[in-house]
Amino acid sequence: MTTLQSIPIQYYLVFCSLLFSIGVVGVLIKRNALVILMSIELMINSINLLLAAFSAYTNDPAGQIFVFFIMVVAAAEVAIGLAIVVLIYRTTHTIDINVLNKLRW
Amino acid sequence: MVNTVLFLIPLLPLLGFLILGLGYRTIPSKWTSFIGPGTIFLSFILSLLVFFNFHHFAISPFRHLSPWIHVGSLDIPFAFLIDPLSALMLLVVTGVGFIIHVYSVGYMKDDPGFNRFFAYMNLFVFSMLLLVLGANYPIMFIGWEGVGLCSYLLIGFWFKNHEYNNAAKKAFIMNRIGDLGFLLGMFLIFTTFNSLSFNQVFSQAKSMTMGDPTIMAITLLLFIGAVGKSAQIPLYTWLPDAMAGPTPVSALIHAATMVTAGVYMIARSNILYVLAPATMTIIGITGLATALFAASIAIFQNDIKKVLAYSTISQLGYMFVGLSVGAFTGAMFHLATHAFFKALLFLGAGSVIHALGGEQDIRNMGGLRKKLPKTYWTFLIATLAIAGIPPLSGFFSKDEILLHLFGHSPVMWNIAVAGAMMTAFYMFRLLYLTFFRNFRGTEDKLHHIHESPPVMAIPLIMLALLAAFGGLLNIPGLFGGGDWLSGFLSPVFADAAAVTALPATISHATEYLLMGVTLAGCLIMIWLAYHRYVKKEMGLLPDDASHSFPVKLIRKKYYIDELYDLIISKPILLISRFFHDVVELRFIDRMVNGVGNMVVWTGSTLRYIQTGNVGFYMFIMILGIILILFLNILI
Repeated sequence: MTTLQSIPIQYYLVFCSLLFSIGVVGVLIKRNALVILMSIELMINSINLLLAAFSAYTNDPAGQIFVFFIMVVAAAEVAIGLAIVVLIYRTTHTIDINVLNKLRW
Repeated sequence: MVNTVLFLIPLLPLLGFLILGLGYRTIPSKWTSFIGPGTIFLSFILSLLVFFNFHHFAISPFRHLSPWIHVGSLDIPFAFLIDPLSALMLLVVTGVGFIIHVYSVGYMKDDPGFNRFFAYMNLFVFSMLLLVLGANYPIMFIGWEGVGLCSYLLIGFWFKNHEYNNAAKKAFIMNRIGDLGFLLGMFLIFTTFNSLSFNQVFSQAKSMTMGDPTIMAITLLLFIGAVGKSAQIPLYTWLPDAMAGPTPVSALIHAATMVTAGVYMIARSNILYVLAPATMTIIGITGLATALFAASIAIFQNDIKKVLAYSTISQLGYMFVGLSVGAFTGAMFHLATHAFFKALLFLGAGSVIHALGGEQDIRNMGGLRKKLPKTYWTFLIATLAIAGIPPLSGFFSKDEILLHLFGHSPVMWNIAVAGAMMTAFYMFRLLYLTFFRNFRGTEDKLHHIHESPPVMAIPLIMLALLAAFGGLLNIPGLFGGGDWLSGFLSPVFADAAAVTALPATISHATEYLLMGVTLAGCLIMIWLAYHRYVKKEMGLLPDDASHSFPVKLIRKKYYIDELYDLIISKPILLISRFFHDVVELRFIDRMVNGVGNMVVWTGSTLRYIQTGNVGFYMFIMILGIILILFLNILI
């Protein structure tokens, strides 16, 4: 039993669920696009943590490899997301998502 | 080597078709004049080569060229059969075909579709050769369909005229009815004999009993095919309309070769037919009825080509009568001589039409004897031949059929002689009205009349020689001849002859008497025609003149077209209209439109969900995810 495995898996599960829920709520209630992006980042990281935890508990490195992939993708996503936010700000001078509702029926 | 020669015979016309068909925009018509008839000429030379080295082929008549269809127990090789029957047909098809091709060079000279015309003609000869050479029913059927297609293309050759297109469609659809019979017959042959090759089918058929119902069904179905292709009652109405095509087409396809395919097919399947006496009776009745019926219509026709068309139907009837009494040689002999004199008659008619600048009504002709001497003399020979005047070819061939008929049933002989007398009458009516007395057309046309150029006149003379001396092929023993054709064809019909009872021998005295009666009848008819149309110049009434009922009935071709229109076309049209107006518009259209309308309605209603509010989208998304989670737990 490694050091990591000395902490019960339930702890990780509860912690990650909480973290994920905070992210979801952030996405739902915030109006600032930047904060929404950050909330999404929070959700991704909670998943990463859970993957790493399970990987350690089952002695299967595949989970950790996944984490790296997700990090890379998340970094790319954030770069593009931020670029879009910057462009939106330049043209509309706002990043309030409730104002950005031009694309509808 | 032997196979190559055989293979080249149909391949050369196909090559000609490909060259002319693919390059019809670019090839100058000067080249076409050589390529078109040239390929047929080469085929003719090769056919002669086959004919004169026939003993090489007689050893193994079946020539396997390549495997073709091989599925399960079905094995159909691509094979040709070269026996006396197909050798005779080869010579007729390529020989007459070549002469008509040469004639066409002159006849179609100024036509914008010159290349297209020769491409179709070459394709026709190719298909016809395939039909004749095939060693099994499917290959014969390919040729059968190919000639039908070419017939359609060439009847509608001047496709800008709507009537011509309708005539082409009529011919095609009528043939389709017959083709269905042929196809079903082929299926039945396969289920019965488990093969479609001639040699296997016929050798198995030999051991069947006389009057076997399966054989009867097969022969009847095949006969339906022959009825369609060879224009017999009740499917003959397409042939007169087919005269819409250029005249060389009428000569080649609708007189000499394609329409005789039915006769060839029955002669080829002779063993099957002799085993089905009931079918033979039906063929006999159909043929005799057609011969008489078409001849009676021909008497009152005023279009030079229509007279010949009905004459063709009538002569085909004679061939079928000949087949029905087992006179296979007689029928094939008449097929060959008919190909000569009827092609000549059509080409002569074409020459007249050409000289008069498209005029086809014999009421506007007359007196052309002096203006068109070559046409007149060749036409006269052909008319004498078809009327059965000795020693021209038609006399011998018709007489052979009549003789067999007398041995079979004197009643049928009587009817056939009546038909022969009518033939003599309408042919001489045509001749007299066209070439005798004075010209009845306009003064303007009279000055434009010109004899055909040599390229058209020489084929006429060549065919006239054939029509005059074609009878030499099979001079009966009565005249000290050797019955050469009978001897040549006898291996083909040997099995059939073994099955059938020997015909009652007719003494030479009776034979002379029968010939004398027929001949006297024909001569009386010729005199009658002379009396009516040269002495008195009758029969020039306009179309709307009033007549007594029987004459009117015949003038209107017994209202057969109108009858078919009434009992077949009109009901089909009525049903189609019902299906269009009610089923299509009221039900199917509404269903299809309903689906489309529903999709549009759903889309236009649901699009209001697209509020453009990102928060709302995300809320719905998370709601969805939660829902899925809950469902997972529940289930």
